[in-house]
Amino acid sequence: MSEQTAPVQNIYERVQASRRHDRPDALQFIRAIVPDFIELHGDRRFADDAAIVAGLGTLSGQPVTVLALEKGENNADRLRRNFGSAQPEGYRKTLYQLRQAEKFRRPVLCFVDTAGAACGIGAEERGQGSAIAENLWELMGLHVPVISLIIGEGGSGGALALATANRVYMLDDAIYSVLSPEGAASIIWKDAGRVQEASESLRLTAQDMLDLRVIDGIVPQGQSQAGTLDAARAAMTRALAQLKAIPPERLRRERYLRFRGLGVLIS
Amino acid sequence: MLNKKLFKNPNLAPENLHRGLVQPAGLPETACPRCNRRVSSEQLAKAFWVCPHCGLYHKVSARARIALTLDYNSFEEMDKDYASQDPLRFPGYQDKLAQARRQSGEQEGVVTGTGRVDGIPCAFFAMEPGFMMGSMGTAVGEKITRLFEHALRHRLSVLGFTLSGGARVQEGILSLMQMAKVSGAVREHSDAGLFYLAVLCDPTTGGVAASFAMQADIILAEPGALIGFAGPRVIEQTTRQKLPEGFQRAEFQLEHGFVNRICPREGQKSLIAQLLRLHVPPEDA
Repeated sequence: MSEQTAPVQNIYERVQASRRHDRPDALQFIRAIVPDFIELHGDRRFADDAAIVAGLGTLSGQPVTVLALEKGENNADRLRRNFGSAQPEGYRKTLYQLRQAEKFRRPVLCFVDTAGAACGIGAEERGQGSAIAENLWELMGLHVPVISLIIGEGGSGGALALATANRVYMLDDAIYSVLSPEGAASIIWKDAGRVQEASESLRLTAQDMLDLRVIDGIVPQGQSQAGTLDAARAAMTRALAQLKAIPPERLRRERYLRFRGLGVLIS
Repeated sequence: MLNKKLFKNPNLAPENLHRGLVQPAGLPETACPRCNRRVSSEQLAKAFWVCPHCGLYHKVSARARIALTLDYNSFEEMDKDYASQDPLRFPGYQDKLAQARRQSGEQEGVVTGTGRVDGIPCAFFAMEPGFMMGSMGTAVGEKITRLFEHALRHRLSVLGFTLSGGARVQEGILSLMQMAKVSGAVREHSDAGLFYLAVLCDPTTGGVAASFAMQADIILAEPGALIGFAGPRVIEQTTRQKLPEGFQRAEFQLEHGFVNRICPREGQKSLIAQLLRLHVPPEDA
């Protein structure tokens, strides 16, 4: 872990870089960090949403629950996974897995890469807001360590549903934002052309997140993809070792206080 | 329920109850935004801010909510001066805040405090439509979090009126973090066996719909209120589909199982009182 960032780029170029298809996707991180990963499908309610990958494995010999927003490995896969934008049933899949993690006292590792939760008639009919709200609720009550890593795009509530964690890390060229700069430009200035300005104003880089205390550390990119995956594995292994030493009730309390401290005002 | 006595408090005079909503402050009458017919402020206040001509539910300011819902003079405000400090120095935000303050007469997008409903004490919040349509930034998140923490310490039920376009863009990621923060406070309150009743008002969308609006023990909604994660315009643009009639309205949410009851303004206070009474903690009963 370091506080270095990628070479200086214009911010909107960074936003675009965080969305590139040649970046390692969540499954590549999972294979590198939890090589014995077993995927478990379905939300036990309605469907299996391919935008969420969930399952079990071990890290440093410790059983862990793994949750990820997966954008897809090629064009066909990306379509099938709705480009990593999860439906309510995706968030109900993570909910079911979070409850299992609590029951079996398993730490949770999350990989975040999404433009945002799925937007559409079906998503609304099946309660997208409610599904995300239930995840935040569940995560706030867990007595096990939760570690999140934002590997590309951390888009809005759809990302937060897998990032309400004890420790949140970001790759140095990932972004995290309340909404896309395109969305912000059109909401604030009613002018989609002001996307560069929106990208700067939103403060969405990993360094911004560290300065705002929204994340706990930056994972530096390696010279190669393998180097990046190694750095991510090292960060998660270290965080897990630290968090395993904390008693369950305090883990929950510390997670609450972590977010409780963001945006405190003096009257 | 709305008697002369209520209007003795100048803050609760009908003209002020309208601040920044459908007319400039102080006008004796207004045109309904839907049917365009004129209606006097007093007539509108007596009809619970429902248009007597077409039945449109006018948006109700936080102060008017207090008048409609809490027993006279029972409200004690908390954290009155909490206000956003523009943490990202977002271009144009200071002006926007100043305008919202002028327009609403409030410091921020939510009013919080304690009060009584038919004698039953509760912690209370109402989001303010005149303040950037109740959007949630750090001050809104902090005030609601502090309210739930106060309710937990004093073993009070929470009664909340949600009304919000979602997270406040000008506070960026810190607005998003308020969703997690408030969720944590709601969870702590809930795990102590305490009751949270939410009334979803028009509109309840985005980050508020995806957090504390949908975390209540009982979720009521006002007739016709727009409730959803993504806004209808965004969905239309994204999917290029025409949205069905009544899409995302309170009645649609009831049909899909996300709202427990629709509660019209008439009779709303007595329904709320009844639900609060059913949840008085046993040791206090």
